[in-house]
Amino acid sequence: MSLLWDREMLILLGAIAGLLAISSLVGVVLSRQVSSEPARLVVDNLNARIRSWWVMTAVFVAALATGGTGSVILFALISFVALRELVTLTPTRRGDHRTLFWAFFVFAPAQYVLVGIQWYGLFAIFIPVYAFLFVPMRSALAGDTEDFLARTAKIQWGLMVAVYCVSHAPALLMLQIPGHEGEQAKLLLYLILVVQLSDVLQYVFGKTLGKHRIAHKVSPNKTWEGTVGGIASATLVGTLLWWITPFTPWASAAIALILCIAGFAGGLVMSAIKRDRGIKDFGTLIEGHGGVLDRIDSLCFAAPVFFHVVRYFYT
Amino acid sequence: MKADPLAAALLAGLTRLVTGVRAHWICCAPTDAPRVYFANHTSHLDTLVIWASLPKTIRARARPVAAADYWSRPGLRHWLATQVLNALLVDRSGGSGSRESLRRLAAALAAGDSLILFPEGTRGEGGSVGALRPGIYFVARECPAVELIPVHLQDLNRILPKGEVLPVPILGSATFGAPIRLEAGEERDAFLNRARAALMSLGERP
Repeated sequence: MSLLWDREMLILLGAIAGLLAISSLVGVVLSRQVSSEPARLVVDNLNARIRSWWVMTAVFVAALATGGTGSVILFALISFVALRELVTLTPTRRGDHRTLFWAFFVFAPAQYVLVGIQWYGLFAIFIPVYAFLFVPMRSALAGDTEDFLARTAKIQWGLMVAVYCVSHAPALLMLQIPGHEGEQAKLLLYLILVVQLSDVLQYVFGKTLGKHRIAHKVSPNKTWEGTVGGIASATLVGTLLWWITPFTPWASAAIALILCIAGFAGGLVMSAIKRDRGIKDFGTLIEGHGGVLDRIDSLCFAAPVFFHVVRYFYT
Repeated sequence: MKADPLAAALLAGLTRLVTGVRAHWICCAPTDAPRVYFANHTSHLDTLVIWASLPKTIRARARPVAAADYWSRPGLRHWLATQVLNALLVDRSGGSGSRESLRRLAAALAAGDSLILFPEGTRGEGGSVGALRPGIYFVARECPAVELIPVHLQDLNRILPKGEVLPVPILGSATFGAPIRLEAGEERDAFLNRARAALMSLGERP
């Protein structure tokens, strides 16, 4: 897979670097101004988040720069860590041990091999059909029937959300869009940019204007003001980015809105899992953000929807 | 015997990568003073995990107390035990071997080493902490100045349970609790129950 590094791509990367630089400046100014203890905590967390954004952006761009292979490997690692975080806080039993071994070391890597060799037919059904059927069979062979259906469902769900859904992001690189050959990297960048900006902007609007909570039992930080403001502004950014995509401006607006809504749903669902397990974050790998799954919760839901919308309407 | 520092650094890094274990120190900070770290035992990885999660300078002087019948078999295990972990191999059959073992453990503490031991004596299924065997009581009585740190290992039985060879990369954790000592006039069983309760209460933390 060779990917084009054209002028559009470079402009966009420059803009992202500029945005991060401005954020870092704002972070420095804020940390000089705050005096109260609770505000200090919020600003310290904000600065940790911004530092992590620099690292994540650098890693993502480096992976894109290697062409397709680097991106596939990066997302495979992300899936692996996300599955690890999810399985860790899901109670499993002794009888699940070998099933989990298959999930981590056979199904997850195989899914990304399918992305790498661009075998769409098997990529699309491998986990929903073959892993889905194999998981309960392997656990049944282990002989432990207690909570069998719940245990099976948890492993299947983990594979679906952390591996199958996430693998649709690098799978964008296999889409052949007439007139836009070799430009798939920009689609991937568009997806990540809109989804992550939507998260960031929901956070910013929520912190500044947020009052009315949407589902305070599930996620105390999600407010109507933050969500609507974040989705509206991220949709606007997505619309303005139409020139890097095969979409018209109106189509880009509609697609960005779909991405933001799917992303919001992902964040909400992952929060529900965290509240059920009584934890705040899935992990501690990314400073200021929590675990990998905390950062990609919206991507899990947005990536497969985006992939299929583009595939249906543009290829 | 001097441990191989390169192999030790690699093994510690690999252990942390596979098990994802991070040490949580509550109620006390790591120090170089000789201490006894005692933990619940559910996996072959337990020894490595406690050892690897200690800060580097402490790790260099932390000696796992391991069963001679398992760890002295020639091959990788023996090399690990003697060259990398600097383990104290003890006889768990009882009798005069135990008295000799106790003498060696006390000598190691007196020389400034720390000990890592699993007072249940064998691996459990991971549900609850089993009854503690009296070895830890004898160590506490022999070395009354030494702090005994309870260490609760979480999810190691899910990473590599008893009877499995291949690990699953679940994220484990090691919680280091408040030190305990043998109180003046404390009976053996009362002390062992208190030590076991200290381990279990660490496991109940969120």
